[in-house]
Amino acid sequence: MNMFEFFQALFQYEFLQKALFTSVVVGVICGIVGCFIILRGMALMGDAISHAVLPGVAISYMLGINFFFGAVITGVLTAVGIGYVSQNSRIKHDMAIGIMFTSMFAVGIVIITMMKSSADLYHILFGNVLAVRMSDMWITLGIGVLVIGLVVIFYKELLVSTFDPTMAQSYGLPNKWIHYALMAVLTMVTVASLQTVGIVLVVAMLITPAATAYLLTNRLSVMIYLSAALGIVASVFGLYFSFTYNLASGATIVLVSAFLFAMAFFFSPSQGLVWKAHKSRRNRLELMRK
Amino acid sequence: MERALKIDQLYVSYLGNQVVKDITFSVEKGSLVGIIGPNGAGKSTMMKAVLNLIAKDKGEVEVFGEPLKKWKKRIAYVPQRSDIDWDFPITVFDVVLLGTYPNLGLFKRPSKADRKWAHECLKTVGMDAFSNRQIGELSGGQQQRVFLARALAQNAELFFLDEPFVGIDVASEETIIHILRDLKNEGKTILVVHHDLSKAESYFDHLLLLNKNMIQYGASEEVLQPEVITKAYANQFSFLQTKGVNVTS
Repeated sequence: MNMFEFFQALFQYEFLQKALFTSVVVGVICGIVGCFIILRGMALMGDAISHAVLPGVAISYMLGINFFFGAVITGVLTAVGIGYVSQNSRIKHDMAIGIMFTSMFAVGIVIITMMKSSADLYHILFGNVLAVRMSDMWITLGIGVLVIGLVVIFYKELLVSTFDPTMAQSYGLPNKWIHYALMAVLTMVTVASLQTVGIVLVVAMLITPAATAYLLTNRLSVMIYLSAALGIVASVFGLYFSFTYNLASGATIVLVSAFLFAMAFFFSPSQGLVWKAHKSRRNRLELMRK
Repeated sequence: MERALKIDQLYVSYLGNQVVKDITFSVEKGSLVGIIGPNGAGKSTMMKAVLNLIAKDKGEVEVFGEPLKKWKKRIAYVPQRSDIDWDFPITVFDVVLLGTYPNLGLFKRPSKADRKWAHECLKTVGMDAFSNRQIGELSGGQQQRVFLARALAQNAELFFLDEPFVGIDVASEETIIHILRDLKNEGKTILVVHHDLSKAESYFDHLLLLNKNMIQYGASEEVLQPEVITKAYANQFSFLQTKGVNVTS
């Protein structure tokens, strides 16, 4: 199937429209939030929080409430737990992350297995974008609007507290609350991404587009737009490959994203390995000629 | 003379050890004060505790007779170079613009006038030609000048600088000390953590000599007396004496 046929199918099938819309929103919000996650050195934390929503999602299913609530609660609890363990013992931050998130993840798996619905577990872990329901779409859109709104309103505060937390604190910004607010946003983004990429691969959507943008610009504002755009590109093409070749959508979206990163890694005008090697080779040749 | 800063019985501990003990001094408005002492004397720790950046065990800090909280936005802090992520995607100009943030309300973005002011501050430190560079592309001295420009942009009344002269070139050091003197002459109050004794007298009009405890606070020439200095640097001096260096003069 070529791109043209994909677009035809897009007009034809409502499920595909919903899938595309949801993946694009997820691409945008993961791209935006990811920028702050990587610049704060919290890539691993992103991985942890995204996994830690599993028990919350499972319990919500069991209680028959929207999994949004359960996910945010267990996600934030895990963030608090990680902070508590690493600040009150000799356990380092990365150790605390490793312990807490795997434990939470295991709790989630136990609960879901007890519920005897392994099909659901599979979809939560790996996503199933072609089965997006109307209600999921609205939740994703709602989270998207909230995240973009928060970043626009608090851009200044996010920038200072990320670049120079000491300055932020000295003039009275509540760094700690900004951190936990970001963790709460992170859990919401994970929930929004459950359908498209699933829990296991959310972290790729958070980190890869942002890291790609990081290699391409020297301005945070540009980095955020670029990262969101890369998220969209990965989502659209990923969905195309998923639909065309009947592959898991999470995997194809992440692979497109990884491909874009590889291109930036080798060919970025300022940071690309290829240009760097070329430049140093030229300099060496010039020196030899002298 | 008006009193800009008053520190009363400041105690700070780090991982259960007391690293700053019983510091009491006050600084008059328009002073340029150097905080000196050997490595590990708690100079930076004390500065951070004064600014409430780390918890203190005990102690009062007053700014112009009021609690520090009221003056937070009028205090500019220049961190140690090692505290900054130099790969951060931010340009020189945008770093300086951060200086205008404390005095902007929530939801407010820097105005045209703020941007113009930030540009002037960048000019003052002689870095306006580097406006669009990424901050990590500059030399150490240039970076320090940019951070001083950021402090200027804050329109602060008090300036706290943590080791601004470490690892920088002579020209930048001269530019910085020149600007600090100008600030002092405008009536601003400046505290600088500094480790190089040789220039302490020419740079600062007052010195605070620390070695965990407060050794002495006063006019530079009073503090830089051999018998006073020896109290703080006793360990190093006995080491020097074993090497045959005479320091008692």
